[in-house]
Amino acid sequence: MRTIEVVEITRNIREMCIEANHFLSKDMEQAMRTAAEEERAPLGRQILSQLQDNLQIAGEDMIPICQDTGMTVVFLEVGQEVHFEGGTLTDAVNEGVRQGYVEGYLRKSVVKDPLIRENTKDNTPAVIHYDIVPGDQVKITAAPKGFGSENMSRVFMLKPADGIEGVKQAILTAVKDAGPNACPPMVVGVGIGGTFEKCALMAKRALTRSLEERSLIPYVRELEEEMLNRINQSGIGPGGLGGSTTALAVNIDTYPTHIAGLPVAVNICCHVNRHAVRVLK
Amino acid sequence: MEQHIKAPMSKEDAVKLQAGDYVYLTGTIYTARDAAHKRMYEALERGENLPLEMGHNIIYYMGPSPAREGRPIGSAGPTTASRMDKYAPALLDLGLLGMIGKGKRSAAVKEAIIRNGAVYFAAVGGAGALLSRSIKASEVIAYDDLGTEAIRKLEVEDFPVIVVIDSAGHDLYETAIEKYRTEEL
Repeated sequence: MRTIEVVEITRNIREMCIEANHFLSKDMEQAMRTAAEEERAPLGRQILSQLQDNLQIAGEDMIPICQDTGMTVVFLEVGQEVHFEGGTLTDAVNEGVRQGYVEGYLRKSVVKDPLIRENTKDNTPAVIHYDIVPGDQVKITAAPKGFGSENMSRVFMLKPADGIEGVKQAILTAVKDAGPNACPPMVVGVGIGGTFEKCALMAKRALTRSLEERSLIPYVRELEEEMLNRINQSGIGPGGLGGSTTALAVNIDTYPTHIAGLPVAVNICCHVNRHAVRVLK
Repeated sequence: MEQHIKAPMSKEDAVKLQAGDYVYLTGTIYTARDAAHKRMYEALERGENLPLEMGHNIIYYMGPSPAREGRPIGSAGPTTASRMDKYAPALLDLGLLGMIGKGKRSAAVKEAIIRNGAVYFAAVGGAGALLSRSIKASEVIAYDDLGTEAIRKLEVEDFPVIVVIDSAGHDLYETAIEKYRTEEL
């Protein structure tokens, strides 16, 4: 049994919100650099070069990469031998978000009620996903999600007979409809299987996987590569203004599902695919 | 073609711009996004005046992050324009000449652009840190209670945008993609 004071969670979440909104992860940085070198369209290259400048300015001047500093999605993988003290875990996460967004000059983009739409003024609450895992560590992933691309995400409840061709069509349809709205080059997170909510959650989590890691399942890996290739044939390009770089990666996760179903979720992220990861040991 | 344009715009400037032109805007523009548009639209429905004159002006669909001390503004990139499609034709018919955002527009907005000799620009989405450097001053002029969604008057210098829909209705999102498309999704 290990005891963790929840103020530790608050402190880490606060720092991670600020970090994720000013610095991309190494794999994202590398993918953006490669894209700027390999893009074929002149205007596309110019846009990708501006995005390189943007990342540099963000880090040097501590000004968020994008003004949409997102709704904060937090994945907490909690070892089952961990005991928390000093308050509730959920309150600790939200306090970290509040401190990070208020003290870190991040935009407050959350409204208290989806229809009454009054801003909470501190970007709380976060959307928190808890997993209980073996061991005595806590892994925190903070992934602020912008809504330009979130709005273009989709869930498709396919039939088993639709098969892999149906899955491909679902992914390509979502990307095509997203087009310039989702701030390409995008990262495409896909969840296949499970239930209605499980596939959506897998798609979200897939966005936090390193762009350099491919699926360990051979056919899924092939699907990731084929989808990336075909998306980049679409011509959408950087900013949707034409080019050979529409997506940086397609990350797909799968899960067992029901005999009657084939759920597919496509969670689209812009080129500001943010996530900070820390493990409390 | 590269163009340097003063804001507010003259009708002549708006009409001469063509889809694909790379434009540097200098002068005064205004921000408004979802909540401010809704409020302006409701004010018009009640027959009330708007907090800013539309004539010749450019509206930037943008809600900034907070400014650090000594800076005019925080991160300041464009938001998705289609959410303003419901409200834009009424503003264009009142003389609005330019909109800056990102993403596709509806057929109704395109028609209103053509009808009024206006123009839709895109700024690079997700380049809020870079774009903030072209904003020299920012002042909230209406709907202060909306926070980031308040209407701001911005002084911009060589603010970089691309003409996406010109006054003749050409749409760069449609034409530019065709050039690099090798598979129809």
